[in-house]
Amino acid sequence: MEGGLFSRLMGVVAGLVRGPGGLMTATGLAIITMFALVAIAAPWIAPYPPDVRPPGAGLLEPPSLRHPFGTNDLGYDVFSRIVWGARVVLKVVLLSSLMSMAVGVPLGLISGYYGGPLDRLLSMVMDSLYAFPGIIMAIAVASVLGPSTFNAAVALMVVYVPTYYRMTRARVLELKNEPFIEALQAMGAPGWVILVRHILPNAAPTILVVFGLASADAILTEAGLSFFGLVAVYPQPDWGLDLYYGKNYLLDGAWWLVFFPGASILLLALGFALLGEGLSERFRVRGGSYG
Amino acid sequence: MAGDLLVVEDLRVYFPLYRSLLERLLGRPYKIVRAVDGVSFTLGRREVLAVVGESGSGKTTLGKAILGLVKPVSGRILFDGVDLARAKGGEARRVRRRISAVFQDPYKSLDPLMPVGEQVAEPLLIHRMAGRSEARRMAMEMLEKVGLTPASEFYWRRPHQLSGGQRQRVAIARALITQPDLIVADEPVSMIDVSLRASILELLESARRELGVSVILITHDIATARVIADTVAVMYLGRIVEYGPIDAVVEDPRHPYTAALVTSTPSISRRRPPRFPVKGEIGDPANPPPGCRFHPRCPLALEECRRVEPPSASDSGRTYWCLNPLGPGGLWRGVEA
Ligand SMILES: Nc1ncnc2c1ncn2[C@@H]1O[C@H](COP(=O)(O)OP(=O)(O)OP(=O)(O)O)[C@@H](O)[C@H]1O
Ligand SMILES: [Mg+2]
Repeated sequence: MEGGLFSRLMGVVAGLVRGPGGLMTATGLAIITMFALVAIAAPWIAPYPPDVRPPGAGLLEPPSLRHPFGTNDLGYDVFSRIVWGARVVLKVVLLSSLMSMAVGVPLGLISGYYGGPLDRLLSMVMDSLYAFPGIIMAIAVASVLGPSTFNAAVALMVVYVPTYYRMTRARVLELKNEPFIEALQAMGAPGWVILVRHILPNAAPTILVVFGLASADAILTEAGLSFFGLVAVYPQPDWGLDLYYGKNYLLDGAWWLVFFPGASILLLALGFALLGEGLSERFRVRGGSYG
Repeated sequence: MAGDLLVVEDLRVYFPLYRSLLERLLGRPYKIVRAVDGVSFTLGRREVLAVVGESGSGKTTLGKAILGLVKPVSGRILFDGVDLARAKGGEARRVRRRISAVFQDPYKSLDPLMPVGEQVAEPLLIHRMAGRSEARRMAMEMLEKVGLTPASEFYWRRPHQLSGGQRQRVAIARALITQPDLIVADEPVSMIDVSLRASILELLESARRELGVSVILITHDIATARVIADTVAVMYLGRIVEYGPIDAVVEDPRHPYTAALVTSTPSISRRRPPRFPVKGEIGDPANPPPGCRFHPRCPLALEECRRVEPPSASDSGRTYWCLNPLGPGGLWRGVEA
């Protein structure tokens, strides 16, 4: 209860990185934090503008001291594009994860707790959404909405709401039969009190795990959307987009055009996956599918 | 009787039995479990009623029906003259808060994440009986009363920082804080260390003495029940088979099932009646035997017990449902198996 928000937050983090799964959680958090710092400090970290050819830069220059990740076919500095691109992917994925959570968790809580026809209807809708291959659905939705970071986030939200919904609902069904919930019902506690004050906090570990694992999946899906030009428009810096244009020069030996964006995507996804796995071990959340 | 706190009339609670998809496709009939099947009794103010019976006899279900956790299919529960099934809105809430519960497993009946003091205060907030700080103060007092001192320290502990006995004290504090008229306690000591049981029961007893609450004490241990109960209802397969003052029923039962229950309970007294022999296990509540439900296991069963549901009979204060009851002192004469 004492101390500032920051010190309390650090206390929570310290608790998470100790104990089972702690190493995974810590590594995941470190990776995510690194990318987050890069994204926030992009103007200071990036040595060049991402979409201007720096004076003296050649086309398709291999990595060097001046251009640690090389240059692309227009002479843009790939490192600077990766740095600025971190902003795009983090913005889209965090926004979509928060929106998916904001929709999926309350629906899962209500559906699981109250049951009945609404639960059956929601379960049916979510199951059919879930059965759809994520990347295809995201592409379909994003194509309809048009390319923008916000639209991409909405497209991803459609893909991941069912994941939050299903996992939350499953957890509620477990908790609902716990005697402490029955005790609350016996004392006449209204449903929202039980849901908000008791079930939600007890379901929070599960929701956090889903956040990690679904975000990891969302990063890959987001890369797919970018690849098809549904997030940003060239020459805006965007990892998936760079992958798309870079692949044309693979045969010319310009491996750095696909290696660095691809590796960034994988590393960031790995960060979220490690966070999710670490938390799930810490909280002994039982397995499930998060895609 | 007009002054009775609780009147239960012909209460029935049935559960549909789960059928697999295959069974449904094959058109198997819908089966039901008759967990409580025609229970009637009355409970006076300040009375402690023990409900005893083997596992599966419907004790918990009866308690849950009174707490409003399961819906009866028929029958009535009148609490202080109010029909619980019909009470709506404000009246329902006012009645609800006069009935509290204490559950069996103190490890599971408290929210693992919330400080125990907050959980004791919670009923006051839910029923808007006090503001936040007033509720906190009252919860501290109540913790003090149930022996969790210093309360200001216990208040902020989480359940996992307490022992089983301490948690059950928290549960009782939570049940008492709204000053209820009735507490339904479902096996409140069965998961508690034997050496602590008496002190937990003493809390319920002093609640009755000082606050005048009535208690329904559900247990399958008749010896425990005897410590604090005035009356006892012996249940078998969803029915009450014998009901009356607990000392009379325990010492001189009429129903063979009560006799079996009493003589199978280990007792500390040296003078012990011979074990009353019964065959087999409790029957299937989805498929209760015709006639008297106890007849397949009863050493005294007559031919007509297979066909006729026994009517109620009374004898010196107790009521029983049996066609061939034990006579006075029958417990000591024993039965040839
Ligand atoms: N929710 C339910 N759905 C289906 N059947 C149930 C349900 N609750 C109880 N039953 C069944 O009803 C019967 C009575 O159960 P109940 O829990 O009331 O017995 P009990 O006397 O409390 O037993 P115990 O001493 O084991 O606690 C049992 O056969 C049980 O399987
Ligand atoms: Mg029970």
